[in-house]
Amino acid sequence: MAGLMAGFGHYTHALVRGVPASLTRAALRMQPTEVDLDMARREHEAYVELLRARLGLEVVELPADESLPDCVFVEDAAVVCGETALITRPGAESRRRETDAVKRALKDLNLNIVEMTDENATLDGGDVLFTGQEFFVGLSKRTNQRGAEILADAFKDYAVSTVPVMAGLHLKSFCSMGGPGLIIIGSSEPAQKALKIMQQMSDYRYDKLTVPDDLAANCIYMNLPNKGHVLLHCTEKEFPESVKMFEKLKDYMLIPVCNSEKVKVDGALTCCSVLINQKANI
Amino acid sequence: PDLVDSRTSGKSAQKSEKVAQCTPGFTLCTEQHHKWCLSLTKYRKIPQMFSAAPGQTRKMHSFILLLPLVPRSLPCLSKRAKGQFLFFKVCEHLNLLEKDYFGLIYKDNHEQKCWLDPTKEIKRQIRNNWQFTFNVKFYPPDPSLLTEDITRYLLCLQLREDVASGRLPCSFVTHALLGSYTLQAEFGDYEPDQPRPLDFINQLTFAPNQNKEMEEKILELHKSHRGMTPAQADLQFLENAKKLSMYGVDLHHAKDSEGVDIMLGVCANGLLVYKDRLRINRFAWPKILKISYKRNNFYIKIRPGETEQFESTVGFKLQNHRSAKRLWKVCVENHSFFRLNAPEPPNKARFLTLGSKFRYSGRTQAQTRLASSLIDRPAPSFDRTSSKRISRSLDGGNTSGKVNAEKNQYLFNGEKRRIGLRVHGDTIYVRHSNLMLEDHDKTQEEVLKHQASISQLKRSFMEAPPPSPPQPNQWEKRLTSSPATATRVQQQHVVRLSGWVQETVVIQEVSKATKAGLVTVPPSPPPPPAAAAPPAEQETQQQEVKVQEEVVTVEETQQRKQESVSSESESEEEAEYHPDVPVSLCQTQIPEEKEEEEEEEEEEDVEPEKEVEEQVSPPVALPALAEVSHPEDETSQEGVCRKEDEKEPRVNGEALLVEVDPRPQVICCSEPPVVKTEMVTISDTFAAQKTEIATKEVPIVHTETKTITYEAAQLDGNGDGEPGVLMTAQTITSESLCTTTTTHITKTLKGGLSETRIEKRIVITGDCDIDHDQVSFRFT
Repeated sequence: MAGLMAGFGHYTHALVRGVPASLTRAALRMQPTEVDLDMARREHEAYVELLRARLGLEVVELPADESLPDCVFVEDAAVVCGETALITRPGAESRRRETDAVKRALKDLNLNIVEMTDENATLDGGDVLFTGQEFFVGLSKRTNQRGAEILADAFKDYAVSTVPVMAGLHLKSFCSMGGPGLIIIGSSEPAQKALKIMQQMSDYRYDKLTVPDDLAANCIYMNLPNKGHVLLHCTEKEFPESVKMFEKLKDYMLIPVCNSEKVKVDGALTCCSVLINQKANI
Repeated sequence: PDLVDSRTSGKSAQKSEKVAQCTPGFTLCTEQHHKWCLSLTKYRKIPQMFSAAPGQTRKMHSFILLLPLVPRSLPCLSKRAKGQFLFFKVCEHLNLLEKDYFGLIYKDNHEQKCWLDPTKEIKRQIRNNWQFTFNVKFYPPDPSLLTEDITRYLLCLQLREDVASGRLPCSFVTHALLGSYTLQAEFGDYEPDQPRPLDFINQLTFAPNQNKEMEEKILELHKSHRGMTPAQADLQFLENAKKLSMYGVDLHHAKDSEGVDIMLGVCANGLLVYKDRLRINRFAWPKILKISYKRNNFYIKIRPGETEQFESTVGFKLQNHRSAKRLWKVCVENHSFFRLNAPEPPNKARFLTLGSKFRYSGRTQAQTRLASSLIDRPAPSFDRTSSKRISRSLDGGNTSGKVNAEKNQYLFNGEKRRIGLRVHGDTIYVRHSNLMLEDHDKTQEEVLKHQASISQLKRSFMEAPPPSPPQPNQWEKRLTSSPATATRVQQQHVVRLSGWVQETVVIQEVSKATKAGLVTVPPSPPPPPAAAAPPAEQETQQQEVKVQEEVVTVEETQQRKQESVSSESESEEEAEYHPDVPVSLCQTQIPEEKEEEEEEEEEEDVEPEKEVEEQVSPPVALPALAEVSHPEDETSQEGVCRKEDEKEPRVNGEALLVEVDPRPQVICCSEPPVVKTEMVTISDTFAAQKTEIATKEVPIVHTETKTITYEAAQLDGNGDGEPGVLMTAQTITSESLCTTTTTHITKTLKGGLSETRIEKRIVITGDCDIDHDQVSFRFT
């Protein structure tokens, strides 16, 4: 089945990148905090190991670049859907060069590379929610209308709707997909508002799973052979109430992933990888 | 010759023959734009469309109907032939039964594409441009539910064209995939021994930006479809095409209130707003209470959201009033087709609405599906092999100069035409006429017999009694998209069918606003759809108390009179349409399922529009007048000069000077009506960035709103709310000029839906010192 929208959540590859020491000091953050570098690195290693060993993905790991303190958050540098990879133009000036290595890596994976060259456009991958049927692009501090337009041009099969991000860094700072047709959403007012807009804009009907904590709504969903529905979510330690909500999901392999350090620099679970399904290539 | 069915006959044998014959000029057998050109000069040639000579290849690509000469020389197409006549002829010719998804397009004198209105005379619509294209008008959301392969095939042809021209944007991969299904459907299995397949593939247009890489991908995918029948390949094509986000979206250029260029897309589910390629808003049909246009403005009134109390109206600026009207018509038609069980009768007497009476007149999707389910004929044979065709796209998009030259030859040179016929196998240009099926060609007896039997079948098909409202089926469930209403929509329709009137209890109240006015209490609901409503039901129907000035009463009487006259008058300037109005009043009421109550009554747009009505009169063409009038401005034919060009500034409520033909049957009503209940301009196209609602007119209607909340509904999103919990009841009373008392009862239903019902309603229109220009309804 090669058609459109086949196999939502099917992934074969993951692109990740190391944690630079400069992260503690120079990585952008909304709240000033101290980051424990060792801890962050250990968490990231566990994350990568999970993708590789437990989930069986082919992991492409890029080395950290000390001059790019935020480079571990590869999600922002590219949006991959099907065989196409859109290399973004990150909203933060200091992050623009992150795309170079990511682009090379994705090219090596035989993806069709589309670049965002327009100097008026900005887009962070963290603002892009792909539901399997359509895209929602958050208009945030990091992503503008022009960036969204270029994304729409890159993925012509799909409707691309814009959603204002009233709070948080990215659209996916308070939501993510929890399965085909299931949106996990935080319960804050801005999150709920955004959900309402998404529902209004969509021709499709989505179920929602509301979790008490916005940050906990950022999960990674996969549909893997022999494993079925897999959801990577926050740990009980971080967000005990939200974890209870995930337990409502039937027939899911629920995997708590600790992300307590990277989250201090606004890095959620989805931020740390770009997931790719190479089997889409016939 | 026998009919050849390319899909049932021994495919490989046939194909190898085809290849053998056509290899040197495979280009002749393939076609650039999937345009199927057809003209009707020599009708007797047409059977060839269905009976390919052995080895002769022919392609029914999406097709163009060319009737190059004026109707006068079409002896068989009577001067007064309606659009329907031509359309049926074409469908008959195409052997198409499921024709309600299709229509004919012509270009008006402003080069705009318009749908040929089946109910109107062709001549009056087309202004002498006898050139039509046969197109899909309503894209079925799920093509697999079409009954016949031939219908799917024609839909495929349209979509191939849409995709190739870029109207239906898709990604590289999808282009390749769709192209590979096209190859499979048209040429069968990939043959490895085929002479270098790329030799012909680059003659085919699959995408606007086709390149070698794409062609290679297409061929690669084509290989993987081995064994797929043409019908299966078409189905796969459609299954993929239907998922494209722009599938079936009819785009119209517009500007929002701030002058920003946007696109309005009309589709099965509602109205979409795009800025560049981004969707910035969406109004599902159930959210829309009213669609109207006025001059070059297009308005939709939106049902209030959960947190809002009042409707909002969103306005868009179209290029001119013609485009506004065209958009409005497309909306009316799409809404009717996809959402109603039966079309709404054109003259909704209970509205005081002036302006266009246009309504969708064809069968709705529900009706056509029911009718299709009754089709009982062997799968019709049709030939899908390609041949090089002349593309005469109305878009003019993809035709190369060379093709154009060819085309002209065909059009105007009989000799060349014949040569062309031979070379291309199947391009049939008919000089004119002979639309009627005449027995030209006795050698084709069998074919004609076949056609006759089809006609017979079609007649019985067409004459089948109008289907009763179908039950909710899977189709409808799939169709509906609005969240939380997936399965309810059908019910809503049933309810709406049952008639809102019965749910309305009217409390009569003496108006304080009267001043020396006549009180008219219409004995039965305003202009009665008497035939439709059984007397018993009329009893309960809403009564309207109207206290108003004499003039107005007179006007209303006239209005009613006008409506009893069968009228074809259509205002170019404005019209409105209430998407949720009940379709029929004679349905049995199902009170338990009451979903929503409309509020049209209190919000009638009584526009100070002069109305010129006329009896249907023999069309006396007055060429001079016809030239200055708009394409559909039929009133001009009567010598009524309507000076309503959009350029001419007009003030609401201003009495208009109208030159009226003194003949008595022309009723001219130039008095302004009493109350203008609504005139709102709202700058809001970005739902997302919704910030302000700017009301231009300052209302002088005093409005009071009382909201009583009886019980805070426990809406926890999972829809655990008890069915029928009363949430709020609000009474809205607006006084002085127009007194309206409405009690909205909002209930929570299962699934977290809330229903609002209007329990009481009084519309008292009165008072005399009204500045009509300033009256408007308060919205906030």
